[in-house]
Amino acid sequence: MGTPAEALILDTHSPAETAELGRCLGAAARAGTLLALVGDLGAGKTLFVKGLAAGLGAGAVTSPTFVLMNLYPGRLRIAHFDLYRLEKPDLPSLGFHDYRDDSVVVMEWADRVDERLLGDHLRIEFEVTGEDSRRLMFRASGPASRALLGSSGLA
Amino acid sequence: MKILGIETSCDETSAAVVVDGRDILSDVVQSQIDIHRIYGGVVPEIACRAHIESIYPVVEKALADAGCTLAAVDAVAVTCAPGLVGALLVGVSMAKALALAAGKPILGVDHIHGHMYANKLAFPDLAYPCVSLVVSGGHTSLYLSRSEIDHDLLGTTTDDAAGEAFDKVAKILDLGFPGGPAIDRVARGRDPGRVVFKRTVPENLDFSFSGIKTAVLYRVRGQDAKKPMALSSPERADVAAGFQAAVVDMLVAQALKACARTGARRIAVGGGVACNSWLREVLAVRAAKEGVETFFPPPRFCTDNAAMIAGIAYPLFKAGRVGDLTLDAVPTKVHRG
Repeated sequence: MGTPAEALILDTHSPAETAELGRCLGAAARAGTLLALVGDLGAGKTLFVKGLAAGLGAGAVTSPTFVLMNLYPGRLRIAHFDLYRLEKPDLPSLGFHDYRDDSVVVMEWADRVDERLLGDHLRIEFEVTGEDSRRLMFRASGPASRALLGSSGLA
Repeated sequence: MKILGIETSCDETSAAVVVDGRDILSDVVQSQIDIHRIYGGVVPEIACRAHIESIYPVVEKALADAGCTLAAVDAVAVTCAPGLVGALLVGVSMAKALALAAGKPILGVDHIHGHMYANKLAFPDLAYPCVSLVVSGGHTSLYLSRSEIDHDLLGTTTDDAAGEAFDKVAKILDLGFPGGPAIDRVARGRDPGRVVFKRTVPENLDFSFSGIKTAVLYRVRGQDAKKPMALSSPERADVAAGFQAAVVDMLVAQALKACARTGARRIAVGGGVACNSWLREVLAVRAAKEGVETFFPPPRFCTDNAAMIAGIAYPLFKAGRVGDLTLDAVPTKVHRG
């Protein structure tokens, strides 16, 4: 094993493959794992979170766009944020810090916040490359997210 | 029995006084829509501040319009779930303060149950069992309602809510916020068969609207969703009409399937999307063909209002489902495991 991967690009060819990447990260996630998802409407973010939840043994996932955050019980609690409706989200007032350390936090539309406020996190950018194909670009910002990427089996 | 109801789960600050779950003495709704339109959606920090500013005058006006005082009210009811937590807390705190100060019982009401009760307010003779379809920006669910206060969940969206899909598609089409009325308006008079989107109808009674949202995106911006929108106004209207027809077909298909499976002969629709003119038309026609009766409350009872909260509190009170001052706001929906 060399140095844990810092960045990774993976192409998927079906919604099931995109969800599977989420499942792999869910299986490897630990308390304090933070995934920052970036990508346009329909890029597969919520689908990826469904996979992530499956990897954590959690049940149904629905879009939190309207309520801004959903919690799901699983092997670890999942806090699923969606910043779509917010121009300038204020993380403390969303309750972000209540879940940051003891849950797996996954945040859609994470580009709406300054990533320096997030701490050690795995940023995942979703690019639409075709009707069912997507390109996922992973970038670890610190030791914990590097270790996650390494242990996920994706690299 | 006179009940003061308070509703602050999203972007409307509302208070109402309703007698015996039927007679609406007052119903005051202070909408924040103009503030939120600037941002293209409801902004929670702003919603909370607006609720705090409005709640006291709104409650005072509801009491004044009803020609009564707090002392003359028999109970206080408030929406305690689900919604934006900060927004819910404003109403819950106000209701608890009023109940404590005036020595009145307090009742916590589920917002979704309130939407279903809107039909009882509009149609006091509505009988049970019936299938209830609640469609709004945050919810899309089917219930078997055994009474006005007992509802069994039959199915729910597995991704986006129908109203959320309307909002997002309106944004893709650059039609403005809120998306539902905007799409309804431009789609009127257009041929919904000109642009056809695939209907996703799960075998069970769930819904899925994320696929159609993505399909609209491709239709408008090309296969990689990157091309800038180059549609003329009539083309946009056709996409809007095709999208609306597809969503309505999915809602109608599942609602009628719910009737077939439960044996219920009535469908009562509630929530903001119940205002949609195409849904009203199509559901009424198709349900009639199957001998199913449909109920749609008037638009003012479809969107968020406190009359439905004060209304349902009466049967809740009679059933002994009374809360106390430990009542708390519960923001998230209950997720099925």
